Amino acid sequence: MPLIRTTSDIQPSEITPESVYRERRRFMQAGLALSGAALLGGMSSAQASTVTLKGLTRSPLSTDEAQTEYKDVTGYNNFYEFGTGKEDPAANAHTLRTSPWSVTIEGECAKPGTYTLEDILKPHAFEERIYRLRCVEGWSMVIPWIGFPLADLIKRFEPTGNARFVEFETLHDPEQMSGQRWPVLQWPYVEGLRMDEAMHPLTLMAVGLYGAALPKQNGAPIRLVVPWKYGFKSIKSIVKIRFVEQQPVSAWMRATPEEYGFYSNVNPEVAHPRWSQSTERRIGDFLKRKTLMFNGYADQVASLYTGMDLRKNY
Amino acid sequence: MKLWIKPTVFVLCLVPSAWLVFALLTDRLGANPIEALTRETGEWTLRLLLLTLCMTPLRKAAGWGWPIRLRRMLGLFAFFYVCIHLSTYLWLDQFFDWGEIGRDILKRPFITVGMLAFVLLVPLAVTSTNAMMRRLGRNWTRLHRLAYVVPALGVLHFWWLVKADVREPLVYALLFVLLMLLRWKPVTLRFGRGLRSDRVSDRGQISNLSP
Ligand code: HEM
Repeated sequence: MPLIRTTSDIQPSEITPESVYRERRRFMQAGLALSGAALLGGMSSAQASTVTLKGLTRSPLSTDEAQTEYKDVTGYNNFYEFGTGKEDPAANAHTLRTSPWSVTIEGECAKPGTYTLEDILKPHAFEERIYRLRCVEGWSMVIPWIGFPLADLIKRFEPTGNARFVEFETLHDPEQMSGQRWPVLQWPYVEGLRMDEAMHPLTLMAVGLYGAALPKQNGAPIRLVVPWKYGFKSIKSIVKIRFVEQQPVSAWMRATPEEYGFYSNVNPEVAHPRWSQSTERRIGDFLKRKTLMFNGYADQVASLYTGMDLRKNY
Repeated sequence: MKLWIKPTVFVLCLVPSAWLVFALLTDRLGANPIEALTRETGEWTLRLLLLTLCMTPLRKAAGWGWPIRLRRMLGLFAFFYVCIHLSTYLWLDQFFDWGEIGRDILKRPFITVGMLAFVLLVPLAVTSTNAMMRRLGRNWTRLHRLAYVVPALGVLHFWWLVKADVREPLVYALLFVLLMLLRWKPVTLRFGRGLRSDRVSDRGQISNLSP
């Protein structure tokens, strides 16, 4: 965004549709041949593109805020598995093989096992969910995800009464993920949710964005999206889902426990030890905006945390 | 000093800032241009500070006089970049929200250290003129020892702001340590003498070879 253009001159909503349309076409032409099959199981890529675009319903849980441009959603990412710079994932993620892909379900459930991605996805109808995403670093985006509720997936594997938390793991393969050749974090990347957070209707398993399959740098072929938590909770390229009794230790908790806690809910009142969280820069905007409690999803999720000291449970 | 060296270095030092202005106005700084601007100017400040510290070892090792005469200009360019860096923070990052800025300075160690580095750099820039040098005499030398403190704080500032990947600040830290080692007596003696005698023997060989 050129500096001289200010938000009052041009509303993002005025410029987004055109560029989105162009980007989307380019993406489908370039990317869907590769990713369509992985996205929709047996479907041909041509079918996939029409189905994903036309057959999608927009979830009422969506925001109608202006969406962040496709090039920024896919060009400015934190995905340390492909490097720690924001442009690294887009440059390096092409080495990831997303097909074949399988997800192992483990732990406290009736139906553990290793499932192909097709098996994981088959029973679910995809919908479009436009969510705000707030990074712990102080920037945010609005992203039209495609996916289905994590709750629907979890129910299929029949977690037992001992399953109090869900733990997720990203693929660990330094051959495919060049960033893992250096111990920036302790690999594999691990994240976790409390069971009620995982079952919350806002919690999404995403397989696409902007009407097409997830680009690799955005966590293909399947990732989590938890819109009221800082972005790093939304783990990418998932290969393992484990039902556990004890609260999982996430990759960031392991790296710097005094800076990253288990909950990591977006909270403007609790600063990161090294920077304030009270404001954020929406990518594409010139001025910063105030960060909202639970990233603006307080009405839906605040009740999950009643009685908890959110300063302690950061 | 060869006449062209100083103007060339002057222009070279301006190139990153010219590029940044151009890139900013033409939307080439990526999705988060203000972050990119902060980072680029921060890194250029640090690079120039370290470059300034290269001049004395270079003169001693190579026996050239000109590096010393570039020192002031490089230092002033470091100041130039830190001014853009700080302005970006005050204006484009905080929009002059002085309460928030004050809290940042007090509560965020990386900002505290950055601010301290800036505050220490100001007197160095102000007293960089010949007149000031003359007026301050021996105190000038003492004051300008801060030129070692400021890059150290700059490295610390960088180290404390990264989330997990310390590789880049580590490189700057090692460069700083190296430059300090080169000032350590036992090292200077050997390094300086070694290089200079090499030059002499080089010349000797060349003249042996020439008819
Ligand atoms: C001599 C003084 C200073 C030096 C050498 C310096 C150097 C740097 C460097 C190397 C970076 C990191 C660039 C990167 O990530 O690639 C940086 C970032 C930054 N500096 Fe400074 N800096 C100085 C003073 C200041 C001051 C006075 C402030 C504000 C009060 C400041 C605020 C920041 C901020 C906000 C960032 C960006 C953090 C981020 O993007 O996460 N710096 N600086």
